[in-house]
Amino acid sequence: MDILNALVAFLNFVFVPGLTYGAQLALGALGVTLIYGILRFSNFAHGDTMAFGTMVTILVTWAFQAAGITAGVLPTALLALPFGIAATAALVLGTDRVVYRFYRRAKAVPTILVIVSMGVMFVMNGLVRLIIGVEEQNFADGGRFLISAGDFKKMTGLAEGLAIKGSQAVTVITALVTVALLFWFLQKTRTGKSMRAFADNEDLALLSGINPDRVVQVTWVIAAALATIAGVLYGLDKSFKPFTYFQLLLPIFAAAIVGGLGNPIGAIAGGFVIAFSEVMVTYAWKKVVTYLLPESLAPDSLLQLMGTDYKFAVSFALLIVVLIFMPTGLFKGKSY
Amino acid sequence: MAEPFLIGEAMTGGYGGADILHGCTIAVERGEIAVIVGPNGAGKSTAMKAVFGMLKLRQGAVRLDGEDITALTPQARVSKGMGFVPQTHNIFPSMTVEENLEMGAFIRRDDFADTIAQIYDLFPILKQKRLQAAGELSGGQRQQVAVGRALMTQPKLLMLDEPTAGVSPIVMDELFDRIIEIARTGISILMVEQNARQALEIADKGYVLVQGANRFTDSGKALLADPEVRRSFLGG
Repeated sequence: MDILNALVAFLNFVFVPGLTYGAQLALGALGVTLIYGILRFSNFAHGDTMAFGTMVTILVTWAFQAAGITAGVLPTALLALPFGIAATAALVLGTDRVVYRFYRRAKAVPTILVIVSMGVMFVMNGLVRLIIGVEEQNFADGGRFLISAGDFKKMTGLAEGLAIKGSQAVTVITALVTVALLFWFLQKTRTGKSMRAFADNEDLALLSGINPDRVVQVTWVIAAALATIAGVLYGLDKSFKPFTYFQLLLPIFAAAIVGGLGNPIGAIAGGFVIAFSEVMVTYAWKKVVTYLLPESLAPDSLLQLMGTDYKFAVSFALLIVVLIFMPTGLFKGKSY
Repeated sequence: MAEPFLIGEAMTGGYGGADILHGCTIAVERGEIAVIVGPNGAGKSTAMKAVFGMLKLRQGAVRLDGEDITALTPQARVSKGMGFVPQTHNIFPSMTVEENLEMGAFIRRDDFADTIAQIYDLFPILKQKRLQAAGELSGGQRQQVAVGRALMTQPKLLMLDEPTAGVSPIVMDELFDRIIEIARTGISILMVEQNARQALEIADKGYVLVQGANRFTDSGKALLADPEVRRSFLGG
């Protein structure tokens, strides 16, 4: 029995990666849930919006790096992030002006808007591949580790090491700051409250003199910022590849739906539920269990429920279970 | 006689398709309560919506304080001093009571803290529940939120579409008391009511609509005393 080493192994291989991935999914799901709550459709282009924002950030990062500008121990991408957000906001506002506004004025039903967003998704997807290519891109720099496994072992004398990557720390802190800012905006500012009012009761919001065009524009800008931040954090932590971002759509939607579509707190909770489920189901528990059980009972197999290749199945399964038993999600969401 | 504060005159129109209103006239004097009653499908709510600009009139006009507002949108009419409380979906359920009131004052750029204080004086229960989500309140309390939201623009005319629908008789009496109180501050009230007898009791003026046209128009008391109105519309 070695509880301490088991705990460290659990933190290192399950908790820290799950927390990081969960924060990335939560930011993505927040964007999806805001669009759903206010514009009233599921935006399939969100994954590729993330890809576009990340791509612009990468290009600006490279330019900064070439010019010798870095953020020291922090990744240079954080400096480039505002440029990525601005470009993405411009892109989605342009898309809204050219595409979505037409359907909004025609009072198109949500199903039509979903299909329209799929069209937008393919266009954005093509745009990103055209500009930066389909290959994997690495743009992480700055400090590699907050704590490396070796240092941790030396510090504590334990057999197991706990490594916290710089990108993981940056992800969690950036996500916290972003979420705090978003909630402050939605709860305390006049514009934020008008967005909630619009989501709550559109007719009464119009009657109260709330300008729907402005609500829509602010929503797109916030969604663009959330998408870009989520995409850049994911890219820093893992790597950037357009196809991966397209695939991220599934866990992000699963997170938003599991939490309750249209509910920001639900989106955050959903992000962590999906992330931890994926990590826990695909992790080989042999090491942790070996520390916990007496030697005679040590497991021979890897104790891995599912190969990592099947991780999307976890999102799918959770999605189906939630839709059957709690159609409005863990936190009360809505459906249009 | 001088023209009433608000008048929807000879209104004819509907939601596209067949007309629902046929030359219907509704008027309210300053600081008075006017009530529209009538059987189901008589076009009561439609007449109210027509006055507020929520449907297009084919004929007729709406004038507020002598000004023709027939072509204005509902939002523009709010700026002109009209407040409207829809029959259903009249609150922001996930927002707190206080936020509901703030949203009511969205078009105001001045400090509206004193208006909120006035509404809390009028509906003390709302002050107690001001940080609670409006959707969690009881039916009667929700109606108070809805009326309070509409009062936030300090309207000169308040329009209520069946404010007592679905509330208990005790709550209904209390709501009517509050409505009288609002009228005493000089705000004109136009309301549609299912509870015809109680509504006519507090009405300065009553309109009985049948099939989108005026059938009887008189003071509330006179309508209550009229044997034909009693027999046909008040159940004896």
